[in-house]
Amino acid sequence: MSPIREGIVPAFTPPPLPSDDKRWKIVNGTMRKNGFARHALIETLHTVQSSFGYLDDDAIRFVAHSLRVPLSQAYGVVTFYHYFSLKPPGKHTLTICAGTACYIKGADKLVAAAEKRLGIAQGQTTKDGQISLMTARCVGACSRAPVVLCDGEVAGEATAEHVLEQLERWAVE
Amino acid sequence: MTIEELEQIAESVRLENAKFDYEVNVCMDLACASQGSEKLREALVKAAEASGKTVLVRRTGCMGPCSAGPLVRVDPEQTLYSHVNAGHAEAIVSSLGGEPAATLQCDLNEHFDKQVRVVLENSGHIDPEKIDEYISCEGYKALLTALMEMTPNGVIHRITESGLRGRGGGGYPTGLKWSTVAKAGGDVKYVVCNGDEGDPGAFMDRSVMEGDPHRVIEGMAIAAYAVGASKGFIYVRAEYPVAVARLTTALREARRRGLLGNNIGGTTFNFDVEIRLGAGAFVCGEETALIASIEGRRGTPKPRPPYPAVSGLWGKPTLINNVETYANIAPIVRNGGKWFANMGSERSKGTKVFALTGKIANTGLVEVPMGIKLREIIEVIGGGVPGGHTFKAVQTGGPSGGCIPAEMLDIGVSYDALLKVGSIMGSGGMIVMDDTSCMVNVARFFIEFCMTESCGKCIPCRAGTAQMYTLLTRICNGIGTMEDLELLEDLCSTVKEASLCGLGQTAPNPVLSTLKYFRNEYIEHIVNKRCPAGVCKIEAQVEVSA
Repeated sequence: MSPIREGIVPAFTPPPLPSDDKRWKIVNGTMRKNGFARHALIETLHTVQSSFGYLDDDAIRFVAHSLRVPLSQAYGVVTFYHYFSLKPPGKHTLTICAGTACYIKGADKLVAAAEKRLGIAQGQTTKDGQISLMTARCVGACSRAPVVLCDGEVAGEATAEHVLEQLERWAVE
Repeated sequence: MTIEELEQIAESVRLENAKFDYEVNVCMDLACASQGSEKLREALVKAAEASGKTVLVRRTGCMGPCSAGPLVRVDPEQTLYSHVNAGHAEAIVSSLGGEPAATLQCDLNEHFDKQVRVVLENSGHIDPEKIDEYISCEGYKALLTALMEMTPNGVIHRITESGLRGRGGGGYPTGLKWSTVAKAGGDVKYVVCNGDEGDPGAFMDRSVMEGDPHRVIEGMAIAAYAVGASKGFIYVRAEYPVAVARLTTALREARRRGLLGNNIGGTTFNFDVEIRLGAGAFVCGEETALIASIEGRRGTPKPRPPYPAVSGLWGKPTLINNVETYANIAPIVRNGGKWFANMGSERSKGTKVFALTGKIANTGLVEVPMGIKLREIIEVIGGGVPGGHTFKAVQTGGPSGGCIPAEMLDIGVSYDALLKVGSIMGSGGMIVMDDTSCMVNVARFFIEFCMTESCGKCIPCRAGTAQMYTLLTRICNGIGTMEDLELLEDLCSTVKEASLCGLGQTAPNPVLSTLKYFRNEYIEHIVNKRCPAGVCKIEAQVEVSA
């Protein structure tokens, strides 16, 4: 089944890949699958972030040029959506869900405990690049609130002790 | 693919399943999966092999009562086991054919008795990754019936007759929306499924997309036939990777079976669906913002009219419905509009799925007929507030909704009744709060959410929510004055009336409803510098950021 294609302008040569890094081929693959259409911008940025972990200037530039999207628009999209990150993540990421059910069940205490232990605020990464502390809007596991994600792995009914134990395990690695 | 072929597939699934003496279903939804239901499934398979019994161990979508998870159900006896782990596998397998394993069995009859399952009828019963299992539950029959035996107008008529209203929260009559798109001119039209469940504390759409993805696709295909579209998009939150994976599999399988693509069912109807990922913006649940996002732009809303039904995606007529709305379509087409209209209340027909969470004994997914009393949902289905605490309020509609106090619990759940008490139906999040929740703090939580999620396009929402947040923070910290309260109420009406889209227009609702029902808590914070629930840190350093 051919993918849905819109706004394809023929006779356009996309820019060369920024480096030999094989991950660029994956990024290029997403754009090719979408016929290098402009509306594939968000899809492509998702691929960049899942391949590289974050979006740097080179990546945004490459994607914008490949899709013939103004740099301002690409940067605007990257900064508009919370999911995209301009900073590289730490080796490990602790995400604390801050949805309503988690909030009602005391997610703020978990955030406070983690912030105190790591000495950073939510949204930041420790200086040694080991641990990032993030909050999420809602991961949809509300029935087991409060929920934390340790490197993407969902753990429900979390307590400050659980969180600190996990941080301890990561710290000694 | 014809209806006869569908029946052949269904028959072969039945024959295949008949080879097994027992069926053991394991819930693999997020809540159960996060407690090791995959390990449990593997252990069950091993135990079954060792026992020599012929057991079909099936992975299913959400079974409902997540707080009792991980859940296992043995069919056909429908014995439900709760809090099962891999260590229980042998006990469950050895109980097959004899007495149920009593220690694991859970009694949730009251929880289930009041529920009516339409949207969730397959969830927890079929393997969501196998299209043939969906087909064996009358799947895709409605689509082929519509294509072969009904005109597009006939389909719209049936949906209109059913009285179905949009399940995303607004409650716009679905049939009317469809007929507007059908009447709009032009060859190219789009059908969009809004799976951007941004409302924190709600996970109905995730469970439907993960537990029964084909039902959503079938609903979209029927809608496309009715309005004359041949392309569809499902816009899913990137925070739901499993839903994306299940939908991707489901689309591939549907194409393989010829239920998507060209000449579906040997007719001239062509339809295919693409998945689009959201990127974490609550405002993208608003339809014009969602369209901007699918087009690869910042998700900022546009003034309406023109409505997407006339000028939507790339300027073409676009039908946008929520996941649950599409999930209702196939049963309506199959069973008729009157069947659906017989359920529910006067102006709200059918059933509604709620995600019951917060301070309540049985958290999880419930599906109830419209018109059921809130009290029944909370006290009977939900099992009430645990831990000896007392019920304070139930929050519906997320950041756009309101808090409903105990004295209002006898209202029937319907779009109009909830609106009347200052909340909204919303997409279906239902968060129960007890005496340990401070309502001023709750209001601040929602306003903070709206402030961060405001796209910034219109000033009332961008600046208004920020000012409301500052005022609420002052009150929470015990430095608020009665003038602040007055100003806050003033701001509420400005933001409500002057904002461009639904986000801003409804952002004051949590404040207004708590002011209406829990004004004494605000006064207590301001006058007596005391937080009755003991949540707010009065006299703490003021933390005003952003």
